[in-house]
Amino acid sequence: MIKPDLSVNIAGVQLKNPVMTASGTFGSGREYGEYLDLNQLGAVVTKGVANIPWKGNDGVRVAEVYGGVLNSVGLQNPGIDEFIKKDIPFLRQYDTKIIVNIAGRTLEDYCQVVEALSHEDIDMLELNISCPNVKEGGVAFGTNPQMVHQVTSEVKRRAKQPLIVKLSPNVTDIVEIAKAAEAAGADALSLINTLLGMAIDIRKRKPILGNVVGGLSGPAIKPVALRMVYQVARSVKVPIIGMGGIMSGEDAVEFLLAGATGVAVGTANFVNPAATTSVIKGIEDYLIDQKESSVNNLIGKLK
Amino acid sequence: MKSKTTGIVLENHEIAKGIYQMKLAVGDTAKEAKVGQFINLYLPRRDLLLPRPISISQISIGEGTFKLVYGVVGKGTKELSKMKEKEGIPFMGPLGNGFKVDEGVKNHILIGGGIGVPPLLQLASELKGNISVYLGFREEPFLVEEFKKYSNQVLIATEDGSYGAKGDVIKLLDENPPEGEMVYSCGPKPMLKAVADWSRAVDINAQLSMEERMACGIGACLVCTCKIKDEGLMKWQNKRVCKDGPVFLRDEVVWND
Repeated sequence: MIKPDLSVNIAGVQLKNPVMTASGTFGSGREYGEYLDLNQLGAVVTKGVANIPWKGNDGVRVAEVYGGVLNSVGLQNPGIDEFIKKDIPFLRQYDTKIIVNIAGRTLEDYCQVVEALSHEDIDMLELNISCPNVKEGGVAFGTNPQMVHQVTSEVKRRAKQPLIVKLSPNVTDIVEIAKAAEAAGADALSLINTLLGMAIDIRKRKPILGNVVGGLSGPAIKPVALRMVYQVARSVKVPIIGMGGIMSGEDAVEFLLAGATGVAVGTANFVNPAATTSVIKGIEDYLIDQKESSVNNLIGKLK
Repeated sequence: MKSKTTGIVLENHEIAKGIYQMKLAVGDTAKEAKVGQFINLYLPRRDLLLPRPISISQISIGEGTFKLVYGVVGKGTKELSKMKEKEGIPFMGPLGNGFKVDEGVKNHILIGGGIGVPPLLQLASELKGNISVYLGFREEPFLVEEFKKYSNQVLIATEDGSYGAKGDVIKLLDENPPEGEMVYSCGPKPMLKAVADWSRAVDINAQLSMEERMACGIGACLVCTCKIKDEGLMKWQNKRVCKDGPVFLRDEVVWND
């Protein structure tokens, strides 16, 4: 049996396989390096980084719900200078692509991060306009098509690497938002970020999360994510990175069939730190079973 | 590469109201464990995604076992309490940084509250010198006899006064002031704050084991943070309880008002 070809091309960047890590669940890979060989990954998508250090939200930041996890971390990060000094050299030791997720409160914040990264040895940028856990910026940019267009085109103008725009599911019409990002020059789209949710401690009669509401991830959101990837894939020409509750190779194949070129694994990393490698293996097993020679034969091939 | 492995439940029974003790066969992993560390337990129920971080109460290298003492506080620990002998449970670890034991310290003060008591038992078994133990419980105490094996001064307080002194551990400390050079404490946050204040007032250094809701348990997800003093412009930064802790020095912790 010849090994199937797992490599995919996203906006001119060749990945050894379609599996990457979902931003915010994997740090910059350092902690996971003890549990898996990072060389195996298609790409590492780093935790969102802003122009200056952010402390993140106060109080309880996580709550478990049926089949999912709510978080309200609030983009705690060390700032771009520290990130460039420590995390890029760390990741460059590995044969994997580096995708840097960019956070900001204002348009200027985003532009500063992109400019700071312009001469850095990274492969792609992922613009985070969909974090539900910060009051300014984040999802405020990602829920209005005009704003999406504005921030995407300003960032694209400064970007030296291909630009992925990460979309929020907390909108009425995901297609409208996706089209706005594409029209503004996005080279790829990733979706979905977390769904806004809440959990209550009935004994204390208080919200569990310090920030009251938070982002829902995990298998609970997979049907929503899959539906959105499907809708967007039929409406835009740029490649899509699909994510939302992927726990196995089978889950990843669903996203590929729905039209995603790449997939990201997030919450599953908390259930098993080596989850990404089992997703890669699962996709390969499926291709062998289906007698497919390449993962590209699956993309958007929903009958 | 480190990975999840499967432990075998050797015993799992209630030792006080709502408090369970599980003895887990972990093989050579027992050799890696240090006092004050925890392990992540992965539940059989697949809809409960997150591992449960449980501190190691006793380590037996000879048997290749950990004893874990946990409170049934939610769906996950309820599931744990139902596990039967010979059943396997995936776990990862030991994780985190435990208590630092300084050979120069001759008189030790252990202060535990509720479900923070168990990790202090392994500590009591390892410390050399004189050990004073102060334990606070809401109602029914547990592990008291085990502590008495290592210390002839084990003082108990319960909130309702049903066992030992009525009140909390701080009252117990005030009424029976210990002598020592190092405090080791684990318990709920308000108690740790009170222990920090008390130990500063009597000028004894302290190590505090913090508790926080966790997700990954390996330092990547940043949900289990503790405010730690920082020399830089930020004054403090959020450190990770799972990876940088759970044990922190008293003087580096910044308390929320």
